[in-house]
Amino acid sequence: MKKGALFLFALAAANAQVTFDRILNAGKEPQNWLTYSGGFASQRYSTLNQITPENVQNLELQWIFQSRSLERYEATPLVVDGVMYTVQNPDDVMAMDAVTGRIYWTYSYQNSPDARPCCGRLSRGVAILGETLFLGTIDAHVVALDAKSGKPLWNSKVGDPEKGYAITHAPLIVKDKVIVGMAGGEYGIRGYILALDTKTGKEAWRFYTIPGPGEPGHESWQGDSWQHGGASVWVTGSYDPETNLTFWGIGNPGPDWNGDNRAGDNLYACSVVALDADTGKLKWYYQFSPHDEFDYDATQIPVLADIDWQGRPRKVMLWANRNGLFYVLDRQSGQFLSGKPFVKVNWMNGFDERGRPMKLASAASSKTGTLIYPGNQGGTNWYSPSYSPHTGLFYIPTWDNYSSLYVKQDQDFVEGRTFAGGGPRNTGPATKAGVQNFRAEDDIYGAVRAIDPKTGEKKWEFKMADVTEAGILTTATDVLFSGGHEGYFFALDARDGKLLWKAPLGGEVRSGPMTYMVNGRQYVAVDAGNSLFVWALRQ
Amino acid sequence: MRRVIVSVALLGAVLQAQHEYAAADVENGGRQYVNNCVYCHGPEGDQIAGVDLLHGRFKRAVSDDDIVQIIRNGVPGTGMPAQNMNENQARTIVAYLRSAAAAPASTLTGGNPARGKALFEGKGGCTGCHRVSGTGSRLAPDLSDIGMQRRAVELETALLDPGSSVLPQHRFVQVTPKTGAPVTGRLLNQDTFTLQMIDSQERLRTFIIADLRDYSVLKDSRMPSYKDKLSRQELADILSYLVSLKGVK
Repeated sequence: MKKGALFLFALAAANAQVTFDRILNAGKEPQNWLTYSGGFASQRYSTLNQITPENVQNLELQWIFQSRSLERYEATPLVVDGVMYTVQNPDDVMAMDAVTGRIYWTYSYQNSPDARPCCGRLSRGVAILGETLFLGTIDAHVVALDAKSGKPLWNSKVGDPEKGYAITHAPLIVKDKVIVGMAGGEYGIRGYILALDTKTGKEAWRFYTIPGPGEPGHESWQGDSWQHGGASVWVTGSYDPETNLTFWGIGNPGPDWNGDNRAGDNLYACSVVALDADTGKLKWYYQFSPHDEFDYDATQIPVLADIDWQGRPRKVMLWANRNGLFYVLDRQSGQFLSGKPFVKVNWMNGFDERGRPMKLASAASSKTGTLIYPGNQGGTNWYSPSYSPHTGLFYIPTWDNYSSLYVKQDQDFVEGRTFAGGGPRNTGPATKAGVQNFRAEDDIYGAVRAIDPKTGEKKWEFKMADVTEAGILTTATDVLFSGGHEGYFFALDARDGKLLWKAPLGGEVRSGPMTYMVNGRQYVAVDAGNSLFVWALRQ
Repeated sequence: MRRVIVSVALLGAVLQAQHEYAAADVENGGRQYVNNCVYCHGPEGDQIAGVDLLHGRFKRAVSDDDIVQIIRNGVPGTGMPAQNMNENQARTIVAYLRSAAAAPASTLTGGNPARGKALFEGKGGCTGCHRVSGTGSRLAPDLSDIGMQRRAVELETALLDPGSSVLPQHRFVQVTPKTGAPVTGRLLNQDTFTLQMIDSQERLRTFIIADLRDYSVLKDSRMPSYKDKLSRQELADILSYLVSLKGVK
């Protein structure tokens, strides 16, 4: 190719819009990070190969963005052709130069004083299509912004914040629709996922995560408990273009810790649902934790992978659940293929022939307290896992040796008020960054754990003295990036878990790392504390 | 420093200015007003019934100090919330209100917004540089909510004599790289070592200053005057269209 042609190609790329085709083929432009999880399969895996196990110790801090919010920073930025788009809590959006961190523009959304998200006034990021960014807000609006100027193009109210509805996750784009789900599982909401037209903000479809009267699954709720049964959504889903299905993890039923008045399985709480992306119609579901009383939200990132399964290729979904079990599902049919504890679990002892967990009779919340493993924060939680097609391993941010004493209380529903029905008590030393750590060898610990999805067996783990809410990024050179509550951001060898590099950031790492390339240089970014940190190899 | 003495004609219960304010206070107060007050009160200050902020008509305030207290503490039981401001910040807003009251009203009246939109997108050629609700160039400032940001009299000035007051956030910059052709764009940000702009191809770009032969921030306006390009009726139509642009909250 002539040099002139190459130049023209580069110029065209720099001006190109983020079409849906580009997002579908995000793997072909690893210099960019086009969705929250790096692509529709949500593997949080990059084929960039400049940073390797051999040179990762030469990473050098390039810039820091110190946010003006004291709220914990759980976002993953997007990068498009050298421009980074990220959020500042609760709902500011910024465009910045990905090389220097300097701001091009800032959009500040004014939330309603009625906004009341349970667990942080925060946003985990934005989505992009064409030249438009999409933000979900903690007062349950979806806002479209011009990506070049930050000017709002439309603003649609999609929920009632005074009733506890909120959006805290990064939206998902599928074709000409932007898809979001409602948080608010601790307020007795009736959860839903909805799709809006990306051009107008008008609602295209809505899927209630609790079936209404006459719909299949409605019988899994006692009396009128379905009206206030929670089943929230607060992490981003995935999309399979081959089947046109979008997959979303659904949160706990409410009241969280007392199931006495909601007898039944409480569908589709604690499930993954597969929806037709054009219509929102349910194609299949799998419920990980029927009639949950332990806050086992299935709000994990659905990771899609094509693997060899018992001697033949299979299109699967890999899922490490808050309930302590690692699952492999057929993502086309929803068929249960395997389930195996990846941490200490005492609430079940196997699966029936259809893949339903066999829950122990003793595993129920009680007035005096019931000791359950894993505890309330789960064996893992919302933190992004990673699947590396290069190693064939699935990587999970993990809490192990972890239990809670589950205590139930009677509670009446009052609109807009917490509807939890009791609460869990920690049984081990609870540690947090900046607080002294007194754990002993057999107490709770955090880890990055590598699982072979074909067997569910642990291949290796990297143990930490504190727990972790950090996501995981893997690359084609077998470098794994993650962190934890202690405030370290580190690189491991994805093949054996050996520590390659670490940086103390002084704030808890509670976000998923990502990577991108500008002008031939690979960068790695992660949020910790209230700031965003970016590294590249020393030049 | 230049001092501005503001006085307002008394009209019934209309309140008169009681202090002198510095020009910088007026300028800062204008920014604070747009950022904190304009959504409810509007750019002309008359969106709340019985209140005309820019003409000294208040429901409760008797003195400038009263206005400062209302800004900082709000009015319980009404839609007026307390603003998180110290006394000096609140006082700059009073300075702006007093100054605005002294300014003349727009003379381009009787415009038709629909005709103005057609002129804006057609004969006026405004979309060649400006953008409204997703249509037009991004090179000059996006005007989707300009009717919430600027008073009619300010927009009139911008149409007739655009060079008379270019806001800092609307400045252009020209950079000359050590290698390559000069680039002109609208300045978005700068620091000691880098400079950010949106260029004529609507690309967000960062330049490393050490890599430039020179650069210059342009304080004059890139916009032509429309004084002799359009009739007064056409100008009034465009003005009424701009005033109607309230944007998306």
